Amino acid sequence: MIGTLLHYLEYPFVRYALVVGVLIALCSSLLGVTLVLKRYSFIGNGLSSVAFGAMTVATVLDMTNEMTLVLPVTVLCAVLLLSAGQRAALKGDAAVAMVSVGALAFGYMLMNIFSTSSNLSADVCSTLFGSTSILTLTIREVVLCIVLSVAVVAAFVLFYHKIFAVTFDESFAQATGTNARAYNLVIAVIVAVIIVLAMNLVGSLLISALVIFPALSAMRVHKTFLSVTICSAILSVACALAGLLVSILGGTPVGSTIVAVNAVAFGIFSLIGRLKGGVSRG
Amino acid sequence: MALLTVQDLTLGYEGRTLVSHLNFSLEEGDYLCIVGENGSGKSTLMRTILGLQPPVSGQVLFREGLKSSHVGYLPQQTPIQRDFPASVEEIVRSGFQGRCGLRPFYDREEKAMARENMERMGVLDLRDRCYRELSGGQQQRVLLARALCAARKVLLLDEPVSGLDPKATGEMYDLLEGLNREGLALIMISHDIGAALTYASHILHLGQQVFFGTREAYQNSAVGRRFVEREGDSL
Repeated sequence: MIGTLLHYLEYPFVRYALVVGVLIALCSSLLGVTLVLKRYSFIGNGLSSVAFGAMTVATVLDMTNEMTLVLPVTVLCAVLLLSAGQRAALKGDAAVAMVSVGALAFGYMLMNIFSTSSNLSADVCSTLFGSTSILTLTIREVVLCIVLSVAVVAAFVLFYHKIFAVTFDESFAQATGTNARAYNLVIAVIVAVIIVLAMNLVGSLLISALVIFPALSAMRVHKTFLSVTICSAILSVACALAGLLVSILGGTPVGSTIVAVNAVAFGIFSLIGRLKGGVSRG
Repeated sequence: MALLTVQDLTLGYEGRTLVSHLNFSLEEGDYLCIVGENGSGKSTLMRTILGLQPPVSGQVLFREGLKSSHVGYLPQQTPIQRDFPASVEEIVRSGFQGRCGLRPFYDREEKAMARENMERMGVLDLRDRCYRELSGGQQQRVLLARALCAARKVLLLDEPVSGLDPKATGEMYDLLEGLNREGLALIMISHDIGAALTYASHILHLGQQVFFGTREAYQNSAVGRRFVEREGDSL
């Protein structure tokens, strides 16, 4: 088995897939705790559906670089969904659900009407569940992914304490002179970038798993914000690596394998948490 | 000049007026309790003073040099906090966030002051513990230590003893009295009229009739006597 693995690793596309997979897993785990606690667990699904919709529009328009449309549209939706907060007419989960299914339906319809490929259902399936496109990355896409990942991690580290303050107690933060709105905006933008990045890896439907599973697992065992954050980052990377290797060796679909590994990890962490007598809420 | 002056303030939302043409001021070292029935606008007033909500008309003036980032605030707990994985120290330090501006990390002085404030509130031993595993009284003291990190002159408290048992309630009032003696001005929303009449220097009563004045004046006023009687009956 090791032999087969080493054999595969000789191919650049396998190495690219591993690098991109690890980076995306790292980024997506960072904001998990914040999103879970703000009751935005499903934001990943909502935004990735928007990204899916935007991508079909880009395909129909025959744009050479889809990202120039997908990224701004997703960022805009993230800002609208996350910063609307309490004051909006449509609150949290309802707004996310509406945007999510709306964009999904719209995108699928566009794909049907303006179909450019002969195998429509395979196209749709790969956008929804992640595709083998992670194994067909070009060096340009890999570089783009590295740049965006570095930006996301840097932004997260620089704003770490502010993200904590705004998540833990928005009223207090705002009242004592922190610009909570601006930092909610920062969170929204980071989330959007992560989602667009992660779509390649696991597809629109499974993306929430990548965002929330590591955070939920880490919260079972760890009890401070810092340790939960670090643990979920490490766990997410480990699960992504394991998932990628299994799918390469076993020929299983990449996205769902990674999510399955995450689910197993969650089970193990829950068990550890219970044995340690920790809190079993989340 | 007074620490804080409320001028001709009218509060309300969605076309409903809660409080109209309110005037009062807070001097250094005052201990002001805001009392009144539910829905009389106590929390709205506090949120307006904190700048979380715009007034319908009128204004809240701080003394020159005093900014909203110099005001400490002890809000009521939110459901998010009950699940939050955070250590006591992480929470207390976040009280400095307002003065950090764009600086990403806390400096040495702030870390030392956070430690000092934890010690003042008697939660230093708990600094590595998880917030959600603490008792209600301990949690309130942690949030109070955080508020102290932000407060220079004024501390606003929204029902600081709600949900606490009698022992923790007593401890909380003692801590607040101590802080007030050290020169911190307090504004507290309270449902506990007995405690308000024991500790406060001034009372602001919101409702059909509005009263502002010293505790003694309130006890001798018609509105004060009536309210104390009614609250006394319901206990």
